[in-house]
Amino acid sequence: MARIIVVTSGKGGVGKTTTSAAIAMGLAKKGHKTAVIDFDVGLRNLDLILGCERRVVYDFVNVINGEATLNQALIKDKRCDKLFVLPASQTRDKDALTVEGVGKVLKELKKTFKYIVCDSPAGIERGAHLAMYFADDAFVVTNPEVSSVRDSDRMLGILSSKSQRAEKSETPIKEYLLLTRYNPARVKLGEMLSVDDVQDILSLHLLGVIPESQAVLNASNSGTPVILDEASDAGQSYSDIVDRYLGEDKPHRFIDEEKKGLFGRLFRS
Amino acid sequence: MSLLNYFKKSKPNTAQLAKERLQILVAHERTQRNQPSYLPELQKELMAVIKKYVQVNQDDISINYESDDEQETLELNIVLPDNV
Repeated sequence: MARIIVVTSGKGGVGKTTTSAAIAMGLAKKGHKTAVIDFDVGLRNLDLILGCERRVVYDFVNVINGEATLNQALIKDKRCDKLFVLPASQTRDKDALTVEGVGKVLKELKKTFKYIVCDSPAGIERGAHLAMYFADDAFVVTNPEVSSVRDSDRMLGILSSKSQRAEKSETPIKEYLLLTRYNPARVKLGEMLSVDDVQDILSLHLLGVIPESQAVLNASNSGTPVILDEASDAGQSYSDIVDRYLGEDKPHRFIDEEKKGLFGRLFRS
Repeated sequence: MSLLNYFKKSKPNTAQLAKERLQILVAHERTQRNQPSYLPELQKELMAVIKKYVQVNQDDISINYESDDEQETLELNIVLPDNV
């Protein structure tokens, strides 16, 4: 049975697209046929993070409008043949996405894909609403920072009241917390909310902590999902998240500060 | 730089402050979230009716909605002016 995952946050710039690209690639690398859909109509970016921006011919809205078939619009990843990308449209028409249209595309994808990852736009407008409407699982991406935590909580309220599952009184969407841009050193100094603080407030099941990492910018610069940078902390963290989501029991990493030697401590800038 | 930090006085714990502010805010926003959507409209209309008969300020009228497992309570509180 296919599962639809929405990657959401409310707030912008917290790492939704980075996370969508990473976990979609992670699931595909595990052998699951995975589609990742960009719901940010007018501000397409997932293609760039995945490095397939020059191969976009048709988009999500073309498929909804019947101007292209799903197979024509889906871009097969060059690194992993189980991963397919459905890019967002660059149209400025805000009403390009409809519940019926999105529902139809997702229904068709569910026939052949195991996982469908929906990369939500920021905000709580139509695109964000439609990205989560049909979801089975929600990955709530949060930064350890007041505005992000507040927006995540707002998003949780929307997930539990405005989704299809809520409207039909079915089992609610499964919600998971992904804490991104985490800086253990600042947490230790009392300058940043800790994992426990954020969990106290949001009461969500923690799927993983992604440390603030230079690897993320390097990955987006080159159009490679950061999960493929297996040597990096962020890459390993996303791999753990995929494993945990698939039911493996993995201890959390990158929550505590790395031990630095005396030299490291004295000369750290 | 970090050698210098070592000797500096400890800074206030801003993370703790952030947590306390968020806990209050989120709790408040969650109770509002569960309120029926007609509440603001109801409040406005009740206000209009009361003002027809009694001279009261906006601040003198408060509407509170509470719900638990067993019942929902709508509490309307009007502070009447002294000279009535």
